[in-house]
Order: sequence, then structure tokens, then C-alpha cells
Amino acid sequence: MTRLTKLMATTAASMLVAGAAAAADCPVKVGVLHSLSGTMAISETTLKDTMLMLIEQQNKAGGVLGCQIEPVVVDPASDWPLFAEKARELLTVHEVDVIFGNWTSVSRKSVLPVIEELNGLLFYPVQYEGEESSKNVFYTGAAPNQQAIPAVDYFLEELGIERFALLGTDYVYPRTTNNILEQYLKDKGIAAEDIFVNYTPFGHSDWATIVSDVVGLGEGGKQVGVISTVNGDANIGFYKELAAAGVSADDLPVVAFSVGEEELSGLDTSNLVGHLAAWNYFQSAETEANAEFIDAWKEFAGAERVTNDPMEAHYIGFNMWVAATEAAGSTDVDAVRTSMYGQEFPNLTGGTAVMLPNHHLAKPVLIGEIQADGQFDIISKTTEVPGDAWTDFLPESAVLTSDWKDLGCGMYNTETKTCVQLTSNY
Amino acid sequence: MQRSFLAQNPSVLWFLAALGIFTIGVTLLAEGTGSAFISTSFVKTLGKVLCLCLIAIAMDVVWGYCGILSLGHFAFFGIGGYSVGMWLMYARTEAIVETSMAPSVIPPTAAEVQDAIAAQIFGVVGASEFPMIWMFSHSLVLQLLMVVLIPGLLALIFGWLAFRSRVTGVYLSILTQAMTLALSLYLLQNDSGLRGNNGLSGLQNIPGFDNVPQSTISMVFFWASALALGAGYVLFARVLSGKMGSVIRAVRDDEVRVRFLGYHVESYKLFVFTLTAIVAGIAGALYYPQAGIINPTEVAPIASIYLAVWVAIGGRGRLYGSVIGAAFVSLLASWFTGGGAPNINLGVYEILWTEWWLVLLGASFVAVTLFFPGGIGSLFDRLKGDAK
Amino acid sequence: MLRLLTLVIALAWLPFAVSAQELQTLLQSHRDVIIKPSRKTVGPTLDALVASGLPTVRGFLEAWQEKNVYLHAEDDLFYTGSEDDSGDLTLLDVDTGAEAATGVGRKDAQQIKPNGGVRREIGSALVAFQLSDPDIARRTQALDALARALDASQLAPLIASIDSETDARLKTRKQKLANYLQARFGESPAIRVAAINNLADDLSVDGRAVLSQILAVKMLVAQELPDGTNVASVLAPGEGDLERDTAYQMLVDDHGLPALVLASDIRRALETHVEGGISGGVPVAKLDNQAERIRAYDTLVAAGKVPARVSEAAIDAAFADWGFYNVYLESDPTITEAAETAQASVKTRVSLSQTADIGLDAISLASIYFLAAIGLAVTFGVMGVINMAHGEFIMMGAYTGYIVQQIVPDYTLSLIIALPLAFAVTFGAGVAMERLVIRWLYNRPLETLLATFGISIALQQLAKNIFGTQARPLTSPGWLDGAWIINDVIQISYIRIAIFVLALTFLCLLLLILKRTRLGLEVRAVTQNPRMAASMGINPEKIKMLTFGLGSGIAGIAGVAIGLYAKVTSEMGADYIVQSFMTVVVGGVGNVWGTLAGASMIGGFQKGVEWLNPSNTLAAQTYMILFIILFIQFRPKGIVALKGRAAGD
Repeated sequence: MTRLTKLMATTAASMLVAGAAAAADCPVKVGVLHSLSGTMAISETTLKDTMLMLIEQQNKAGGVLGCQIEPVVVDPASDWPLFAEKARELLTVHEVDVIFGNWTSVSRKSVLPVIEELNGLLFYPVQYEGEESSKNVFYTGAAPNQQAIPAVDYFLEELGIERFALLGTDYVYPRTTNNILEQYLKDKGIAAEDIFVNYTPFGHSDWATIVSDVVGLGEGGKQVGVISTVNGDANIGFYKELAAAGVSADDLPVVAFSVGEEELSGLDTSNLVGHLAAWNYFQSAETEANAEFIDAWKEFAGAERVTNDPMEAHYIGFNMWVAATEAAGSTDVDAVRTSMYGQEFPNLTGGTAVMLPNHHLAKPVLIGEIQADGQFDIISKTTEVPGDAWTDFLPESAVLTSDWKDLGCGMYNTETKTCVQLTSNY
Repeated sequence: MQRSFLAQNPSVLWFLAALGIFTIGVTLLAEGTGSAFISTSFVKTLGKVLCLCLIAIAMDVVWGYCGILSLGHFAFFGIGGYSVGMWLMYARTEAIVETSMAPSVIPPTAAEVQDAIAAQIFGVVGASEFPMIWMFSHSLVLQLLMVVLIPGLLALIFGWLAFRSRVTGVYLSILTQAMTLALSLYLLQNDSGLRGNNGLSGLQNIPGFDNVPQSTISMVFFWASALALGAGYVLFARVLSGKMGSVIRAVRDDEVRVRFLGYHVESYKLFVFTLTAIVAGIAGALYYPQAGIINPTEVAPIASIYLAVWVAIGGRGRLYGSVIGAAFVSLLASWFTGGGAPNINLGVYEILWTEWWLVLLGASFVAVTLFFPGGIGSLFDRLKGDAK
Repeated sequence: MLRLLTLVIALAWLPFAVSAQELQTLLQSHRDVIIKPSRKTVGPTLDALVASGLPTVRGFLEAWQEKNVYLHAEDDLFYTGSEDDSGDLTLLDVDTGAEAATGVGRKDAQQIKPNGGVRREIGSALVAFQLSDPDIARRTQALDALARALDASQLAPLIASIDSETDARLKTRKQKLANYLQARFGESPAIRVAAINNLADDLSVDGRAVLSQILAVKMLVAQELPDGTNVASVLAPGEGDLERDTAYQMLVDDHGLPALVLASDIRRALETHVEGGISGGVPVAKLDNQAERIRAYDTLVAAGKVPARVSEAAIDAAFADWGFYNVYLESDPTITEAAETAQASVKTRVSLSQTADIGLDAISLASIYFLAAIGLAVTFGVMGVINMAHGEFIMMGAYTGYIVQQIVPDYTLSLIIALPLAFAVTFGAGVAMERLVIRWLYNRPLETLLATFGISIALQQLAKNIFGTQARPLTSPGWLDGAWIINDVIQISYIRIAIFVLALTFLCLLLLILKRTRLGLEVRAVTQNPRMAASMGINPEKIKMLTFGLGSGIAGIAGVAIGLYAKVTSEMGADYIVQSFMTVVVGGVGNVWGTLAGASMIGGFQKGVEWLNPSNTLAAQTYMILFIILFIQFRPKGIVALKGRAAGD
């Protein structure tokens, strides 16, 4: 018995040593933590493919630190606890150097404690509700001030909207975003009774009543606009109902934060021309880099595939990580993290994305109008907007700031000059 | 008495022995307590599997022995998780808030602390006040009591209504399914005060044990789960032995006849339903601190159907069968989705198990129900039969 | 107003003002605005363009509005242009309309893209040009633009254009719009009141908007009302929408009353006045409750270091002193009175119509539930087989529709093919499933549940593997686009009507099959007593197979219909399965009428709850399910319970 355990112990120890040695050199392992099955597979498989393509390209270009990059793909199956389990597995069993993954906020919140405990590194590519800044996460998607606020400004300034319908799927991203927007609109002088809020379940398909309620808002004699944080395939029913109700974008513009090229490929857009979406990237952006990216993607994944905003986020995130790793000369998380700050990489839409000390990117905000071919016509593009982890429009978070470079704190209270906590709130 | 019970049920001893060996084996091999042959993430998986085995036993008792195909036991499991999760979140946040407020010039008032905790917990979902439902969350004892009380009461009321109306068979299954659906929809609402779709997260961080590494915490929960499973097994074996067990089995086989024999069928059913619900709640309370997060999708109707499938694959009417079923299927799932299974290249088409695993699982349900109604557990019977 | 005047002059000048480069020059002088216009900056440019009186202005504005203006990189001039098949551009000179360049690459010309707000402004500027345009589409466009932004200057040209209007529908619309304009901007109160009275039976959103605009109010806080204020209502702080704190804050902000001292203010004041561990005479350690803090603060007040707290009594006194009013922006009370009367009358009609609209929505939802559940009414209701894969049959039907649309591009034709094909496919699948799996489990209903659940997840994953996880488009033919508009409030989309009709058809068809055909008779016989039926020469095996196939086939057709109105994904079936079972159980098993009753009740109840709480659809679904649970407890056999032996158990 004792001999057996001893034997096993030595085997394990030797394996551990071997493992530790391997982590220092080749190959460099990159974890891909995207759902390949379940409800979120619809969005996340695309990102897994994007990562595989980027890694393949990078390997052709010589890899990183002279090593080939080996992707480790796991399937958390749209099951939120499984995200935490798989993240732990990636970091401790596969010993990956970095993880690219997650889509939903809840999956991120599930992974956060694990990543922070094990000091891992996560690149999160999706637009999200903010109010978070983890030491171990780089947020390459948009914070609310990089998507929602500019879109509302566009509504207020350019379209002259005076009455707002905030429609969302009932989960954290729409809830928080709408909270921020409600406060923002009130600050801009929009009365409370001119803000209509509605939440629907995931995958909602019965939109007739809600659409007619929204159309009825016009009775106040004010220009009405819809801000939609409706998620996923519920959008299909929503837009079909809008089209059936004959609502033209000129009368009742809808701006969506979760509708991209991918979602539009599920419906006929001829009746939706002129409705809007706000993102940091559209496939229709006319730049050299984007053309190359689209060609590479179509070759990799199929001619009918489209590109979208989270893909660009991974594109920027991955390239920044490669550059930061080269700069740090190692894949050590703390070294890479330090050299991430100030990293620059050209956006696919032109201009340059910069990684800020609050782990968010400075990126331009684009507003596009839906066209009949399912693409977006970019009609507005801002200069680079620095991502803000803690929104300035909610009283609780207005006093908070994040700066991992100088303050070394992701939740710093500027009023009391103290760091509220070093871990993030999950 | 004790001896005669064990003598009647030799499988209990076998099971406890197997569980004991397994627990000691894992302890010796685990990262936190042994030779680090088993990673912490796998210890957590094993611990969770033990909890799933516990609820599978409960399911087996209610379905395999009493004939009530409940598609709602995961609701009780979830309630147990939520109850314990509320305390975990509250206490963890309280510690953070107290640390961050400590350096302030004036000591904070109780109300200020409460507000800050609420802002931390509910800020994520765009609220900042404690809902009524959290009124006991500051107390571990009360929340632990709720782990037992809420599933018990819910099962009692629901069962009483349903059994009284003589809702049986498939109808009862659908009704229990409706119950889980209602619960998951309720939890999904942000207004219900349990953080909507996000649920409760960070539950693996046990307040007061911040400096204890997860490798140790995972072992403690593993032991607790093993203990609970062992205790649950003995409890149910006791319940099912003797006259009580015979009546319960008789209810499954012919409810009407048992009623005519003068037994109050509804009471027996209600007892089994409630007891199993309480055990399910306890299993949940142990499971979610290991999983780290609980949210409404956990109690979606499909989870309860999976539970029934585990029991069916493992073998109904055998307590150890349900344990085998739950352990086998959930570990297999973890192996396939983890990319552990080698993909099969057929030349023209490559079978990726992450894509095909569910097809395989589905097909195997069909195969088991059609060709193998006794499940894996019946293999043991055959072995026994051969031995004789 | 200016725009209109200049336009009239311009039109008069029209024949004379033609010169080769004039428009281009003008455009160049407004270059920046034209390249990057904004709703707020484009006004002067539009005025200038219209004021120039150039005949080419209109064409340019239309092209600009339709994103057909380009800036040619070669000469930096504006051109109107169009794209040819190869994606290259043909550019036309803005002044002469002559072809200036062809085959220009997209990269060599910058497309000018005005945003929606600017396009609306351009549309308003174009109204006067287009009101009497011979092209009816242009006239409609002008009226749309006019309706979007009612402006006093449009009244005269609109009225002028009414007489010459040839199209009857547009003429009524013009009169209606003229009435709106009269109501808001009419010359005399009498004209306005008359116009407002006309609005009393106008249910349209536009008409209601006009009334709301006339009745717009602002809040006024005053000690004494100035003369001539047209008061809409007097507000009492603490009652209704005006909270005490908000009301007092207004007094503080606008009238210099002493500010409220909040808990956070007290805390901050105490923090700044800490001296030697004591603040306001209280040791800091003791300041961990509000009572002590207030005591300490009051000490600081006595010492004159901080402003005093405002007592409730002081607030009450302030409220007694100041009045809070909602005041109409419109100063003439006769007009607001007329508008109030009109609005009250409209409101009654609107709420009646809304009730009817909700009723229609409820019927529509019920018919969708019914359609999804009707197949189950056969397999579960009549045969007693629990088929958890029923949802996947719905999905298979929808994907069949999708595939047909890929092959047959004509939407109408593809729908005609898809419906029977979906039936055939799912009928086949149903028969196969019955033969291979279900028939072995007829005496073990709970195990059927498990086996079919296995099939369900396997089919779902197969669909994902084949079609991918993205939602697939299933587009309804053009004649199903749009909605049937009964009045401006009550409307329902044609696709929903089609689903209703389809559901009704199936109800009749199924009743016909079950009650009037040989097959139906045999089905009923087999379900009631298979042995007896067999001894009567019926082949129960065959009947069960056909019945199951029928139920599955109907699910396939339901799939096409549901896919048309919502989405086609591999998970669409799972969304309906639990609901469908409940529909059947609530309605009463074994009876098609019961399913109809169940669907109506569930649909109606859900819409009812939604109506009571419109901002939370999820709550409606939760309550609906709770309601179902309770309902089954009290009526376990469903609404339409079978009587006698057939009820069985």
C-alpha cells in the first residue's frame, strides 16, 4: 500500500516537474473557452473559429516567442457553472498561458473568481454592461460609454428623439445598460414618463403587443425611438413584427446593441432598411485591413460567413496579447499584463485601438443603418472613445475608477481615496 | 435492529465500503491533501458528482420505488443551492465592505453597511436595495434551516394539492415539470430579488476562509458530499426496508389496490415526496458552493429530465443503480465536452465529440429504455444470478 | 417660414435661372455641411439651396436624400451618381444632368451619406416641391415628411395643393393633415377650435399627438400665479407624482430656500470637523449610528459651523407658501378646453380599441399555442403517448420550409410546396419513431417519456450539426407582409391571421378525420379498447402507426407556420414543448376541443396579465404557469373532461 502511494506520488511529482518545464517553453498554449453547444453556441462557435484562424495565421507568421501556439478548445456548453470548471481545468490541467472566451455576462461572472484565484488571464470580447474591472481580465468589447451612450447621443442629437422605449431581454446586460441610459436620459432633460421600459424573456417570440405599445407612444406628440438590448434570436421575431406593423425607420427608428451581421443573417432585412445598430465594428467598413480579414475569414470558415464586432475584438485582443508577450519576453501573466498597458493595434475600421490601464480599449464607435442585403451602412463614426469601467451616470459608480497600472486597483473610490476591493464583484 | 437492517440489506454495507474506499483514494491522490495526482478541478467535479448521486438516490426513491415520476426535483436542489448561496454572498460581501469602510474617519452606521452590501450585491443587476427575500441572509443558521424547510414545505404543499386531487402518472410528471418551469421563470425575473439570470456567483469563496486554498476547500466539500451521500443512502435504505418500504413499493405497483387495503396512499406518497425533496435541497446546498455559481437555468425543466435519465440508465429500483447512473453519465459528459474523447476521422467526415456527444447520449437513452430497462444496475443482478 | 417665401420666389423665377455651374458653386460653398451634415447644422444650407431657386436643386436634394450624391476624388466636385451592375459608378453633373464619368471605382468617389435626421430635414425641405408632383409616390413621400414634422409654414402650400389632388386617398390624407396644421397653427381661435373638434374621433397616433402637443404643459412654481396663466392642474407635494423631496428641491434650486441636509451631508460635515478624535462633541467611535450623528451635527450647528437642518415643519411652511402648478404652454383657455374635451373622447375610444387589440393578440397567441399543441392532442391526447420529441418535429417542419426556400426562390410557391412536404417529412419521421421505439413501450408510458426525450436531444443536436447554430431565415411571401388595419389602434399582422386560419383549418380537418372517417372510427376504437378493436378486424398496429404519423405530420406543418412568424433554430421546438403539454392537459386529454379550450385559456390569461403589467412579459409567463398548476389541482381532468370509461386513468 505504502509502496503504491509512494510510486504514485513520485510519478505525479515527475509529471508536475515535466509540466512546469513545458510551460516555460514551447508550445505556448492558448485556451479557447467558448460554448460549442447549448443556447450560446449560436454566437460563440464563430468566436472559437475566429480564434483558431488567428492562431493558425500567427503560427504561419512564426508563432510567439519563437514557439508555435497550440489552441486548447473546451466546450462549456452554455452551462454557466461549467464555465468555472472548464476555466479551472484550462489553467491547472492544461496550464494555458491565456484564455480567450466567454460571451454572456453571467458566464464571465462565473469564471472571474477562478481566474482571479489562479491568476490567469482572460480576454473578453463582447460588449458588456461595465461596472467591473478585474485585474485578470482584458475587456476588448465595448463598455456602455463606447456603445450605448454614443448611440443615445446620436438619437438625441441627430434624430431628435424625445421619447424613448428601452426594450431588452431580461438579464444583466440590458438591465444595467438601461439603468445607465435611464439616468443619462434624465440628466439630458428627458422626463421619466417619456421613458418606457420593457423586459422580455430569452427567445421571446410574441412581440405583437409590445410593438403596438411602442407605436402608441407616438400619441404624446414627441418623436419616439427604440433602444433595443434584445438579445439573440428573440430579435428575429421582434423585427418581423416591426416590419409587419409597417413601422418605418423614419417614423420610429430602432437602435440595437446586440444585433450584428450574424443575427441579421437569420432574417430578411428588406423591411428593416434604415434601422440602426451601434458597434465598434461593421463588416462593411471600407479599409484594407478589413478586406484582408474578411477574405481570410471566408476562406477559413466558408464563403457565406459574415464577420462581426466580437470577432474584431478577438482580433485586436489576440494581436495585442502576441505583441505584449513578445515585449515581455515571457508568457508570465503579470509580465504580460504590465506590458499590455498602452499596447496599440490598428482597428479593422481604421484608427488605432489602445489598451488602457483600466483594462478596456479605446475604440471608435460606429453607427450603421441596416441595408437590404443584411449588411450595415456606416453613417456615423466617432473618434476613439476610451472605455470606462465604472459609468459616470450612476451615483454609486460615478465615484469609482479603475487603474491597474498606477493605482493598482480596479475599484478605487476617488472620494474616500481608498481601494474598495482588489478582486472584482461577481 | 441495526444488525438485522444491515443483514437484510447487504448492499448498504457494500455501498458504504465502496464509497469509503473511493473517498480515501481521492483524498490520497488529491492536490490539497495527497499526492496531487488529481487536480482540484477534478476533485470539484467528483464532489459535485457525489451530490448529483445523492439527488439521484432521492429521485430513485420517489420514482423507482414509489412510482412518482417527478420532473421537479431539481427545483428543490436549486432552492437548496440558492438558500446557502444567499448567505455565502452576503457574508463574503460583508467582509469586503467592512474592510473597505474600515479606514474611514467616522465608523459606518449599520444602515450604511447594509446599503453598501446591497449596492455590491445588486449593483450588478441594476438595483441597490435588499429585497425582502434576503432578510435572513446574514445568518448562516437560518439560511441552512431554509435549505431544509423551503424544499420541504414546497413539496408538502405541492404534493398535498396534487395527491389529494388524485393527479397521477404522466399528468403528475407534467405538473411537476410546470412547477420547475414556474420556479425558473420566477428566478429569471430581476424583480424577484435573486439577481435574475446572473444568479448568485462566487460561491466557492467561503467567507472567513479566504486564506484557505481552493484545493483544501474542495476536499472539505468533497468529504461533506461523501458523508451526505453515505448518510442519504442509509436513510433511504432504512425507509425502504420493512413494512413502510413494502407499502411504498406496493403504491408503485398498484395504487388502487393499496388504497382498498386500507392504507392512506396519499400520506405515504406525500411522505416520500417531501423527504426526497428535503434530501434534494441538502444535495443542492452542497453542490453549488463547489460549482461556484447558481442561476435559474440550473432549475430549468431539462435538468430534472436529465435526472430521470440518469436514474433510468443506472437502473431504477436499486439505490446503487441510481448512484452509478448519475456518476457514469455526468462524468462521461464531462469527459466528452472537455475534449477528452479522441475525435474520429472517417476520411470524408470527422466526428467531433463536442458536436456529436449529445446525439450519442440521446441515442443511448433510447437504447437503454428499449433493450436494457434494468439499466446498468441490473448487470449486478445478472452477475449475482450467474454466481448462483 | 423663410424657406417657404424663398421657395415661392424661386418658383416664379424658375425659367430664367439656369446657368452652367451655379449649383456646383453653391454646393462647394456649403461643402463641409454637405459632406458631413448634421440635423442641427443642415438648416441654413437647405435654406440657401432652396433660396437659390435653381431648378436643379430639387433633383439634387432627392439624390442627396437617397444617398446618391458622390464627391469625385479626381476633381473634388459633387455629382449625383448611380451604381451599375459591376459596382462601378456612373456620375452625372449636378447642373446639367449630363453624364460626367462612367465606370468610376467605388474607391475614387466618396459617397455622401446623410443620416436619418438629416434625411428627414431634406424631406421637409422637399415637401413644397413634391406636394403637387405628378408622381403619386413623390406626393406620398411629401405627406409622410410633412406628417413627421408639422410646421406652420407648410399650411398654405398644403391647402393650395388639396384642390388639385387627383387621388382620393391622398386627398383625404391632405385634408386630415391640413386639419392637424389648422388645429395647431390656425390663424384664429375659432378656426383652431373647429379643427380641434374634428379630432375628437381621430384615433390615429398622429391625431392624438396633435392634441397632446396642444395640451403640452410645463411646471410652474410660484407664490402668486401671474395673470393670464392657463393652469392645467394644481399639484400637491407628497401626493400623486410630485414627491416632497423633489418639490422642495425645486424650491431650493430656483428660489433659494435653505437646502435639505441629507444623511450623507451630515456624515461629510462631521468628518471635516473631527478634532482630536471628537466631532461635534461626540467621540468619533460613537458616531456609528444616526441618532448620535444628528446630535453631534446639531452641536456643530449651534457652534455656527454648519447650516441648520431643515425641519419637516419648515418644509410644510414652504409648501404652504409656494404653489406648484402644471401650466399649459397654450395661453388661450378656450383652445385647451376644446382640446381636453376632444382628448377625453379620443381616450375612451382608444382604450376600447386597445381592449379589442389585446383580444386579437390573445386569439393570435392562442392559435399559435393551439397549432403547436394540436399534433400532441393527437399523439398524447388520443393515443396517450408522451412524445417529448414533438417539439423537434416542429423544428423539422420549419427546417423543411427553409430548405425548400433555398431551392425554390419564389416565396409563395415554396410555401405551397413546403407545407405538404413538411407534413410528409414529419409523418415519415413519426411513423419511423413509432415503429422503432414507441410501439415497444405502449404499456410503459413513463419510459416512453424518457426514450422520446433521448430522441429529442439527439435530433436537436443533429439539426445543429447539419444547419449550424445560427437562426435560418424563413421568409413569408409578400402577400403575407404587413398587417390588417381595422383602425389606428386595432391591427394584426397577416401572418398571424394566416396562422389563425391554419389552426382553424386543422381543427376542422382533425375533427372531420376523427369523427367522420373510417380511420377516425378505428382510431377511437383502438384507443378505447385495442383488444376489442382487434377482434373487430381492425389492425391496431397499423392504426397506431398512422395516428402517430398524423400527429407528427401536423407538428411539421405547425413548424413551417411558426418559423414564418418567429425564427428557425434547432431549439425552437424546445420552446414550445412544455407549453404544448400544458395546453393539452389543461384542455383535457383525449379531446381536440379540449386542446382548443386549453390554448384559448392559456393565451387569454397570458395576454391579460401582460396587459395588467406591460413592462414585464416574464412575470406574465410565470403567473400563467402557476395558474395552470392550480387549475389542474382543482380540475385534474382539464376543461373538457371525458366522461365514463374512456376517461380511464
